[in-house]
Amino acid sequence: MRIPLSWLRDFVDPQLAVDDLAELITNAGLEVTAVDHLGVAGAPFEWDRELVRVAHVLEVQQHPEADRLVIATVDYGGPAPKQVITGAPNLFEFIGKGDISALALLSPIVLEGGTYLDHYKNAKPTKLKAKKLRGIMNDAMLCSPVELGLGEEHDGILLAPAADWRHTGEAPEAGTALADVLGDSVIEIDIIPNIARCASILGVAREVAALTERELTPPSFEVKAEGPSFEGALKITTEHPELNPRFVAILVEGVEQRPSPLWMQHRLQLCGQRSINAVVDVSNYVMLEMGQPNHAFDWDFLRERADAYAGPEEPVHLITRLGRSEESLTTLDDAEHKIPQDTILVTDPAGNLSVGGIMGGRNSEIQGNTTTVLLEAAAWNFINIRKSARVLGLNTEASFRFSRGVHPSQAKLGALRAAELLRLHASGTISQGVVDYQPLVTELASIELSTGYVNRRSGLELDARTIARCLQRLEFEVVVLDDDRLEVTAPDHRLDVEGPHDLLEEVCRMVGYANIPETVLADSLPPQRGNPAIEVEERIQDLLAAAGFQETISYRLTTPEAEANTRVGPQCAAGPYVTLSNPSTLDRAVMRQSLLASVLDAARSNLKNADHLSLFEIGHIYIEDGGSAFGENLPSERLRLALILSGPSRTGGWDRPVGEPYDFFDLKGIVERLLASLHVDGVVFETAEHPSFRPGRTASLRIGDQSGELGHLGELHPTVVEQLALRTENPVLAADLDLEVLIAATQTSFKIDPVPLYPAIREDLALLVDSGTPESTVQEALEAAGKPLLSQVELFDVYTDDKLGGKKSLAYHLTFRAANKTLKDKDVGKLRRRILSILEKQIGATLRS
Amino acid sequence: MLQELDTIQVAATEALTNATDAEALEEWYRATLGRKGNVQQLSRRFGEVSAEERPLFGKRVNEIKTALQQAFDERSAAVKREHIEGLIAADALDVTLPGRQPRRGALHPSTLVLRRMTRIFGDMGFQVYRSPDVVTDEYNFEWLNMPPEHPARDMQDTFYTTQENVLLRTHTSAGQVMAMREYHPEPIRVILPGMCYRNEQITARSEIQFHQIEGLAVGTDITFADLKGTLTEFARRFFGRDRETRFRASYFPFTEPSAEMDVSCMLCDGAGCKLCKNTGWLEILGCGMVHPVVLRHGGYDPDVYTGFAFGSGPERIAMLRYGIEDIRYFWGNDHRFLEQYS
Repeated sequence: MRIPLSWLRDFVDPQLAVDDLAELITNAGLEVTAVDHLGVAGAPFEWDRELVRVAHVLEVQQHPEADRLVIATVDYGGPAPKQVITGAPNLFEFIGKGDISALALLSPIVLEGGTYLDHYKNAKPTKLKAKKLRGIMNDAMLCSPVELGLGEEHDGILLAPAADWRHTGEAPEAGTALADVLGDSVIEIDIIPNIARCASILGVAREVAALTERELTPPSFEVKAEGPSFEGALKITTEHPELNPRFVAILVEGVEQRPSPLWMQHRLQLCGQRSINAVVDVSNYVMLEMGQPNHAFDWDFLRERADAYAGPEEPVHLITRLGRSEESLTTLDDAEHKIPQDTILVTDPAGNLSVGGIMGGRNSEIQGNTTTVLLEAAAWNFINIRKSARVLGLNTEASFRFSRGVHPSQAKLGALRAAELLRLHASGTISQGVVDYQPLVTELASIELSTGYVNRRSGLELDARTIARCLQRLEFEVVVLDDDRLEVTAPDHRLDVEGPHDLLEEVCRMVGYANIPETVLADSLPPQRGNPAIEVEERIQDLLAAAGFQETISYRLTTPEAEANTRVGPQCAAGPYVTLSNPSTLDRAVMRQSLLASVLDAARSNLKNADHLSLFEIGHIYIEDGGSAFGENLPSERLRLALILSGPSRTGGWDRPVGEPYDFFDLKGIVERLLASLHVDGVVFETAEHPSFRPGRTASLRIGDQSGELGHLGELHPTVVEQLALRTENPVLAADLDLEVLIAATQTSFKIDPVPLYPAIREDLALLVDSGTPESTVQEALEAAGKPLLSQVELFDVYTDDKLGGKKSLAYHLTFRAANKTLKDKDVGKLRRRILSILEKQIGATLRS
Repeated sequence: MLQELDTIQVAATEALTNATDAEALEEWYRATLGRKGNVQQLSRRFGEVSAEERPLFGKRVNEIKTALQQAFDERSAAVKREHIEGLIAADALDVTLPGRQPRRGALHPSTLVLRRMTRIFGDMGFQVYRSPDVVTDEYNFEWLNMPPEHPARDMQDTFYTTQENVLLRTHTSAGQVMAMREYHPEPIRVILPGMCYRNEQITARSEIQFHQIEGLAVGTDITFADLKGTLTEFARRFFGRDRETRFRASYFPFTEPSAEMDVSCMLCDGAGCKLCKNTGWLEILGCGMVHPVVLRHGGYDPDVYTGFAFGSGPERIAMLRYGIEDIRYFWGNDHRFLEQYS
């Protein structure tokens, strides 16, 4: 909403510089998004107060040497009138008329040295120099709107009767600085839903008056009704009073179709509205000024239809009703709309006329020959208007206001104001008798408020009188019942006041948020439960970052196809997807079910400019299985951890090459290290299958005997690498883990082993086993057989050879240690023999000689 | 004999100066002071010396032994020193050559900001409460005082799902009623971090998903002044002790009174610059006193309980903090962006 300061001053004088005013209202919730200046200091094009003035045109003569030039004699406030040469076609009609000073025509003038915008040079600011024009010296210029930055018009000079320059009708004296007449500053305010009442100049003026504690002088709603009585000429029916609680109409006859006065056009333009003609301009002006949208019907059109549907003696009958099936209406903008069934229309028995509160219809609009205007100002239900405007796609200034709520009390005031302006500026005659049909009266909200309520929530210590004063500033009616209680009635322009909390906000705003103290929470502290799961999650993030992994955060919206692309073979989605009904783009259509797919996407984009990757992501996956604790329609959201590792295991440098590419055991080692750091015991890695991983290089992770799977680890399937077009020759290792299982298995308190007091004996042992025997089986058997003295088993070599006859050799460093004595070789020898014999029995292992 | 002694001493002393490495020194020692060395051999010829010369001979042998041993020790030390000096001189490095970089790991900038925020609020007794991304219309709108067709719904373009009444939360405020229903009638101090979604065009300034961190305090005596005090303390801990805060009236359907908190610009110290668009202030979070309708939906009697809530965007704060000019970097996951946080 754009608020010209000069217009605001019609209703309140804030006595503040514009920037201070902007700050004041911003802090009070009317956020100023811009302040524009026109002609005055701070404007991109400032009018010099001495050199850009208003001149009174006294006489117009033909230039003796040029057909297309005239010499205008003007009073510009100087010691003597000045002759100005101009080609303005709108002066030609005055040639030879002699002294025309009685017409009191004023035009802006730029004197020598002053700056104007040169229309022929892309509105470049240009200094006016004295020069001869066809033999006659000229040192001033009468300007068109475009030459002063006042608009786009350049058909002639800006020329208007003295009474049209100011809304008061007061004529500017010749020589007045133009900045004092048309110069202005415009404050632009973001109208958020709770300040719908400020979608008008008057609405903002009310706030300013309240905040500055200055007097508000609203516009006059008096009308001079001199026409014949309108009684009985119009009948109103509202089929749904809850949707259309009030309908006000006034008839104005003898309206002349002409431009509106300069000041009105200028104000509309400052607000971003184009001037059309006096009738349309008045309607827009009233809407901007007081926030009441209104509509003008061509009365003769309505009357003609009434003659047909009722007869010449019967009244025009306007009916507001809901749309009917298959009903359509062509609006003012020439668009034909299919009318939704719950859209409210203004109609007559012959058909529809306009979309209530949103836009008028083409058929009943004001025509070039319209002389009798029926002004309508009504009240509409804001929810209904919102729906209709949305479904019809009609976002008009009217629907903007009605969809946010305009109090029904404003309807009659709006109609009166518009009628009076039509009388004043379009020569209209107002008929006597306002039709004010109000089937449903909106009661003013009345609320009991206590000082305790306000003080307990604000932290202030206000007495009843101070609270009353704050509210009275905003035109609330307040009766102080006693020291503690107040009876508060909302003013008739407000629909947003429902309870004491609304009054609390108004009191705080009037006190000023800056004047409310800052205190430390003194209320009782809730039980401090902590959040151990999040602590573990953060530890996992830290451990992985320390291991050189980069955390990613991906879009959680994807497509089933993108996820399928990370898998080989038949679909195996975990369940139905959470699917958007209104995706913004086709590639963000469902919530992900695979965190691995998210990280692989990050891998793909990064492989375009890097050969090394070590990424991890922690995040939710979403499965529409009704597994939520917060509602049966809601999906389950499971927290997972995904890891990606690929590329050279060591950075290269100026003196050494990059390391070998990472392989399965690098990522396995990292996961093992992570599990060890979290003290997750008993994780079993087993050969497994996974649709994203390469068979034979895939492991599943299980925690001991628990049925809960921790996830999978493996090398990416070559087909997946191809499907994703990953730009790498190296194996891509990945893990996809259930973070909730991992967190649950994490032990934050654990026992440590004592530092050994006695020396260890180390021995090597090479075993031959069947080549199909998993190494973990051998290791477990060794550990079990060597108890309790065998303290560490470390594989250091795996050897296979055809000569071994289907066997493989596994070589281990064994560390023996006793807790209470120094071991002797013979102790170890005994144990070693026992181990060998057990292993032979259990897994057929033999000593490799 | 005595003369022979002198000759040996002179020769050995000279030979010692020619020994320039450990090997030569050892050789010299063997030849001179060793068991079969010439000094030792000469001393064994003690018997050949006349009786009157013997005391003198013995004394000279000992003198020579001592002198040569001392010379040897000195020479050994010098050779060792020269050897080390030589090594050092030969193996000097160009220390300006680049160091070898270990693999860099790092947390995502959103994580860094979220953690800092949760830590500061944690110190004030606000504990993390996790709530889901996919919620019902009631949690996201209706119970937050935004019934259907409420104008505030226009402020957020919502992603709806094919399940009726189910949507992606547009703000973490959707978790407020969840936390209240879980904890009532206990007092509450929680923060709710999480991902939110809005159906907007993706540009340098707006994204379809973004984090929010919501704060909620409910109790019997919580005031707007407490809200101001708590958030100002947060702002000073997060942005620096000398930051000023400003509270402006604003509007959220689920709080009343509502406010925006601005922090004085850390770049220009409030003087006005490009970052703060010449206002001197940066908009940091929205806040307000919990609306009675919301308290009631959460199971708290609004006549007895009061509370405040606030919400902020970690990505926006990260953008201010690290000078990030394009929000699309956050989910782009480009390692060249991410690794700068290590």
